[in-house]
Amino acid sequence: MTADFTGLGRPVIDCDIHNAFASLETLVPYLEDHWIAYIRESHFRGPGANDYPGGAPTSARKGTRPANGPPGSNLELTQKQVLDPWNVEVGILTCGYWVQSVHNEDLAASLATAINQWQIDHWLEKDARLRASLVVPSQNPLLAAREIERFGDHPGFVQVILPVRSYSLYGKSEYNPMYAAAVKHDLAIGIHFGGASSLPPTPVGWPSTYIEECADMAQIFQAQILSLISEGAFARFPELRVVLIESGFVWMPAWMWRMDKEWKGLRRDTPWVVRPPSDYVREHIRMTLQPMDAPINSKHLLQMIGQLDSDELLMFSTDYPHWHFDGPDDAIPKGLSDSLLEKILRENARAFYKL
Amino acid sequence: MAMTLLEKPEIKKREKLSVIDCDIHNVDGYQSPATEVWVDYMPSAWKDYHLSIAGRRRSGSNCPRAVPFAARNDAFPPEGPPGSHLGFMQEQLLDTWEMDYGILNPLSPAGGQQNLEYGAAIAQAVNEWQIAEWLEKDERLRASLTVAYEDADLAVAEIERLGDHPGFVQLMFMARTMEPLGRRKYWKIYEAAVDYDLPIGIHFGGTGIGPITGAGKAAHYIQDHGGMPMAFQAQVTSYVYEGVFERFPDLKIVLIEGGFGWVAPLMWRMDNWYRKLKMEVPYLKRLPSEYIRDHFYLTTQPVEEPSDPAYFEQMLAHMDMDDKLMFATDYPHWDFDSPDQALSHVSDQDVKKQIMAENARELYDLD
Repeated sequence: MTADFTGLGRPVIDCDIHNAFASLETLVPYLEDHWIAYIRESHFRGPGANDYPGGAPTSARKGTRPANGPPGSNLELTQKQVLDPWNVEVGILTCGYWVQSVHNEDLAASLATAINQWQIDHWLEKDARLRASLVVPSQNPLLAAREIERFGDHPGFVQVILPVRSYSLYGKSEYNPMYAAAVKHDLAIGIHFGGASSLPPTPVGWPSTYIEECADMAQIFQAQILSLISEGAFARFPELRVVLIESGFVWMPAWMWRMDKEWKGLRRDTPWVVRPPSDYVREHIRMTLQPMDAPINSKHLLQMIGQLDSDELLMFSTDYPHWHFDGPDDAIPKGLSDSLLEKILRENARAFYKL
Repeated sequence: MAMTLLEKPEIKKREKLSVIDCDIHNVDGYQSPATEVWVDYMPSAWKDYHLSIAGRRRSGSNCPRAVPFAARNDAFPPEGPPGSHLGFMQEQLLDTWEMDYGILNPLSPAGGQQNLEYGAAIAQAVNEWQIAEWLEKDERLRASLTVAYEDADLAVAEIERLGDHPGFVQLMFMARTMEPLGRRKYWKIYEAAVDYDLPIGIHFGGTGIGPITGAGKAAHYIQDHGGMPMAFQAQVTSYVYEGVFERFPDLKIVLIEGGFGWVAPLMWRMDNWYRKLKMEVPYLKRLPSEYIRDHFYLTTQPVEEPSDPAYFEQMLAHMDMDDKLMFATDYPHWDFDSPDQALSHVSDQDVKKQIMAENARELYDLD
């Protein structure tokens, strides 16, 4: 075990562990003959979002690439590098395979089903510490709802995972069937960094570089939660729980101040928003810890966490196999009280995911 | 629909500071071709086009802006739209608040035109109108030079035409553009701006290439108005990561009406991604936050209002840009920040003095 893969010496619930597979051949046992032929004849390689470029330093910590396949594709390595050393009580798998970017919606739906069955067979049934995220074709909310109905009662799935880059904002009523199914099966909605929606990822067009797109991704999270609140998703689904995964969180205090001020001036436009937006955030939304976007001055980070006005919003994550921190020292904010640390490390996730 | 002026607010002597207002609007978007306040200054070659075809809209109807002209109820002058009447504005804003200077930011449709040359003609008209009817009539006023910023050649031509006029202190861009502003298509404008010592003013608004979010169309005005910082943040990341400040070390950018609570978190985020991914942007020589602190100025309105007033000073400390914040009212708009209340959480009087006037005095070279 290298120094890179040591934990905190106390148990955690890790809310962002990626599971991946080498190629669509992995899904062949779960796909109908028609799709196997379609994929093989056309040499279709999958969604191709490239939101974690293979060679980018952030895409994989050193030593996480197994012999056969991409980082995150080998359960034994995941056990050895995360679950065991980090003393993971529960690890939530976040499969970032964006079927949303497969333009053939029927194929997207079949791929989702195959991936979810693969997650059960190769991950959930192999390690009792694991929970998983349902992959759904959310570009078609009716098909997404069907996928949730198919697997929603399986105790291993705790959330539905969506890419933050969508073609249509997640607060819109077109998603009602998907949210109704999620609420019915008591699943959270995880909104995750990345995706390829065909829309530019910023309000001002296409950035030139990956680093710029990464930094700008936080703004898309901001757009999504503003949509969820102001377009009424939480009014229509009071039990809806949303987790922002790899969103960063330091932007949240100033965002809440701005939105509460906006709401005071403009709330007559959206009468279903009956409380300040920050109230909806604290009731319905949680954020994973990595990337922390920490400043050099650790006091500033503590102040920022204080400005959240809640000790329930943050949930620990390693974001394995992605690289945001080097070791346990910079994996969590320095100087937290033990009670807040315990909430971040385990209790917030336990409560929100109902573990 | 003139309305009675509200009673003149009493300026508390204890807090009386010099005030320079960095965001006053004398033009606001499209009205109708024949009644645009600048229509008489339209170059003759384009006047018929303007009166017959006028602008085509990229995004159709946006969300209505809560109130007519997005203006304060008491800001309707005897004639013309809010903000467009010099005498009324002088009395209601410059005189009432005893301002040293006011910066005019015309929110014209020049930059958002598909027909780029028509956009350049609008820019000329707005600029000539500002010289004749504003700058020459009140020496407290300075203005932003309108340019058709989506075409660098046309924008540079306008800078060369009027960039030496002492009344123009910066260029006027809108936050939502066709491409992120760090990209190469805009570089010639920055070269000219540096030559003429004009900062780039980027103001709330505009119509860009796609939806106003990175994930589709928004339904409500709060998503447009409250979502604008997303566009500002995307512009900041673009300027920095594209290396614009390595190429143009003297370039200054003024972000107008974008708020500023998001700045420190964005600096932290950009620095962290840079530490991991600097191989992609090898031309950068410093941390992103260092470029931001050196090159960006921000106007204050709409001031973030933290849940606990103590957070406000934390926010200022996290930013560490006391020398770059500049007070603005956004007159005549509904979300006006008043000079005696906007910075009530700033306890350090020296900092307050800087923000209320001195930073702008230095940047714009005012007396």
